[in-house]
Formats: sequence, C-alpha cells, structure tokens
Amino acid sequence: MRPSSALLVGVVKLLVGAYGRWFGIHPRTDAQRIYFANHTSHIDTLAIWAALPYTLRRRTRPVAARDYWGRGLRRYLATRALGAVLIDRAREQATMDPLEPLRAALRAGDSLILFPEGTRGTRAAPARFRGGLHRLALEFPAVELLPVYLDNLHRALPKGSLLPVPMVCTVRFGAPLARIDGEPRNAFLARARAAVMTLGGVTETDQAADATGAEHA
Amino acid sequence: MPELIGQNPELWVLFGGLAALLAIASGIGWGLSRRASTPAAVDTIRNLVERINAWWVMVAVLAVAFLLGRTLTLLVFGLMAWFALREFVTLTPTRDGDRLPLSLAFFVIVPAQFFLIGVERYGMFAIFVPVYAFLLLPAIAALRGDVQDFLARTAKLQWGLMITVYCLSHAPALLLLQIPGFTGRNALLLFYLLFVVQISDVMQYVFGKLFGRTRIAPVVSPSKTVEGFVGGGLAATAFGAAMWWITPFTPAVAAAMAAAIVVMGFLGGLTLSAVKRSLGAKDWGVMIEGHGGMLDRLDSVCFAAPVFFHLVRYFYALP
Repeated sequence: MRPSSALLVGVVKLLVGAYGRWFGIHPRTDAQRIYFANHTSHIDTLAIWAALPYTLRRRTRPVAARDYWGRGLRRYLATRALGAVLIDRAREQATMDPLEPLRAALRAGDSLILFPEGTRGTRAAPARFRGGLHRLALEFPAVELLPVYLDNLHRALPKGSLLPVPMVCTVRFGAPLARIDGEPRNAFLARARAAVMTLGGVTETDQAADATGAEHA
Repeated sequence: MPELIGQNPELWVLFGGLAALLAIASGIGWGLSRRASTPAAVDTIRNLVERINAWWVMVAVLAVAFLLGRTLTLLVFGLMAWFALREFVTLTPTRDGDRLPLSLAFFVIVPAQFFLIGVERYGMFAIFVPVYAFLLLPAIAALRGDVQDFLARTAKLQWGLMITVYCLSHAPALLLLQIPGFTGRNALLLFYLLFVVQISDVMQYVFGKLFGRTRIAPVVSPSKTVEGFVGGGLAATAFGAAMWWITPFTPAVAAAMAAAIVVMGFLGGLTLSAVKRSLGAKDWGVMIEGHGGMLDRLDSVCFAAPVFFHLVRYFYALP
C-alpha cells in the first residue's frame, strides 16, 4: 500500500470507524464491481474505500467530480492517494461522453465507487438516481452491481460544514443487484435505489440520513 | 520517560501469566466448540471464542504500550477515550449547534486531558474537565443560538465527557502518584487496576453462565445475576488479594481495594447499560469482536478508576 493511502485509511478509521458489514454476500476478492451508495458527506467515498479489504481496495477507484476534486490538495488526495476517476459533471468538454473515463477504468478491470444521486443530499433516503449507473450496467454485464448504505456520515461532516465530528459509521454492503432482461431504465434505477434503502432500513419519510434513529425528533 | 517494563521486571511475569491464562481459555474454548451441539450452544461458544481472541489483542496492545513507556501508554489510553467518546456521541442525539463543542471535545479536550498526565500537572488534570470543559462547552453551544433541547443536549455531552474521558483518564493517572517506597513502580498499580476490573467482568460472566438464576436488574442488563456478581466478585477479590506483592498494600488491604474495584466496576457496567438502553441500543459499538464497542469493555474501568485512584491517593500517596 502507498504510504499516502495507508495514512488516509488510518485517518478515516480514526474519524469515522468505517466498519464494513457484508449482508448476503461475501467480500470475495476477485469480483469486479460497481459499488453504488447514498451520498450525504464528503467523507462517503473515503469511508467506503477504507471499509473495503485491502485486496479489493487496491483495485477499486472512486468516481469524483472534476469541478470539486480536480484542483490543488484535493486533486492530490483524489488522484494520488485514492486513484480516483475524475468526471465532468458540468460537461466542460462537451465533445466527450462524461462516462468515458469510467468505461476505461472498467475495461482495465478496476472496480468503481459511484454515487448515482450525483450530489450530496441531507435525507436518509437517497434522491432519485441518475442514468449513468444504468448505462454502465448495460455495457458491462459481467460487472457486479453492489448496493452500499452509509449511515451517520452526515453527522460527521454534513454538506456545508468544514468541521468534522468523529462519529461511528457502518458501511453496509448488500447482495449484488440482479439484472433483468429488457427492464426499462427508470424501473432499473428505482430498483437500485430501493436496494440501497432496504440495506439501510430507511423509508421515504425518514427525515435525517441516519440508520440508527439517533437524530433528534 | 522511563520505560515501564524496563523498570519493573515483574511486568514480564505478569504479562507472561496473562498469556498463560489466555492460552488455557483458548484451549477451553476450542474444546467446547468441538462439543457444542445445539444452535444456541454453538452461538454462545462462538461468542466466547471471539471474546477470548479479542482479549489476546487487548492484552498484546497493553503489553506493547507498557513496554514502550509512559508516552505510548498515555497515547493508548487517549485513543481508548477517543473511541469511547465517539461511541457515546454516535448514540446520542445531536444538533447542528453542537458541532463546535463536539469537535472541541475530541480535538482539544481528549488530547489535553492525557497531556496533563504526561506533564504531571495533577491540579489541572483534576479540574480541567469538571471546571473548564463543563463551563465553556455549553457557553460555546449557547453562542450558536439553538435553544431546542439545550439543557438535554448539554447534559448528555457533559455526561459522556465525564465518563469516557475524565473518569477513564484516572487509570493512567495512577502513573503520576508519588507513593513513598513505591517510586517508579506505579505501572504495577495500573496493571493491578485493569487486571482486577477485567477479571471481575470475566468471572462474573463465567459464574453467571454457570450458576446465574436471579437477575439483578432484568430490564437494564439481562446478563447480570446475583450468583454471577457474588461468585465472580469474590473470585476477583481473591485474585486481587493474591496480587498484593505488586502493590504497596498488605494482603488484607489488597483484598479490600480489589473489592472496591469489583463493586465500582459492577456499578459502572450496570449504569452504562441503563444509559445505553435509554439511547435505544444493545451494544455501544462494533469495534471489539464479540464484546461490542470500546465502551462495552471499558464501562467498569470508567467507574472503578477514579475511586481506586483516590483511595490510593488518600491513603498512600504524598499530597
């Protein structure tokens, strides 16, 4: 492991624990996967990445927005320590399909961490999923689609805050999403989102992004 | 900084003895796991084996800390306090207005409390949390202007800080007591405290599993029984008395000290179990396999440490 990566994993574990829990699936080490999760905090990517066993982590690349992670120290963290794939949310280069760097990583045999909501939310239930996950699922039928639910991280570092508060976060990995032939795009995306919600035990009406129910009533 | 083991060769014997105890426990666990037949028995034995394995890790961490000296020992206890506070805060409801006081608790108060032990400032160590943290953290929260549930939020943070940081820090604070005729040997007292607390928990668990009938407080802690407490407590007191030779105490006083540790440890487990359940959880966390969270393992230490510290300070140490 690179020293910068080891240090990063240590800091993340000290701050938020990032304890991986596998439900209905074994963290088999040779599977190529797309991990897709709910998104409430800047720590989300790091938490999933740190929760993976080392053998999986070294072949797993987070997907990060170039407009945020593409400059300065953040860029160093994202690309050097995490090996992130940067994508253009804003389509700065309109000629290029924004999913192209993701395809390249998948073709190279790497796994990806992505947040299909596209941006961070503040609620327990994730927002509507965007279509990229569906396109990648169709184009790479052999890649496992693994739902992930992150709890508590909005309390550790919510959207709009720079002040981290240490908080125990459990990273729940669920069984791979089944593929259904000819399933319409929206039905697939709804099913993927439901898989994440089931894993976290959250419903549409839960206010806070918190699986333990610890938020104030 | 003097090395703790280098100065106290007894510690080699003590940690060697612990390793022997754990080897026996592992042997028993292995034997039981071959004989378990019902699913319930298999579960109980699996949990037992997980607990024993976790004990190997915990003893190894402490042995290395003791071996490498006072600074590392303080660092290890500081991390324990950090993890315990993290578990407490995770289960406690918080609001946005608590973020700054919470951050300060983790990043300033925890390091400062253990640093004060390192630089041997007993006076400041004793009042830092009960005076400065107690008054300033709520004031900072008040400046944030969120009054909803203010008293409840403030009280919870204070309580968590007192238990997980202040009370726990009294264990390594044993290192700064000046006991005539016992100079340089305080690490043995720390070992004594931790050993008696933990052997008491283990013995109460064993006696409870074997003979437990009468539950003491079924709602708070279904596993605590009169038989477990009395049998385990007496066994732990006997262990404590038998270890009088590593303390400044006579055998009778060592037994009395061990009894005080046992009772406080029991009360700590009971009280923190009540807190945990009032927060709607069964375990404080998941970080120690088979035991639950850090605070599930430290609840009894948090209650026993300050009382043992002050008993020793009052009767044996220079003021």
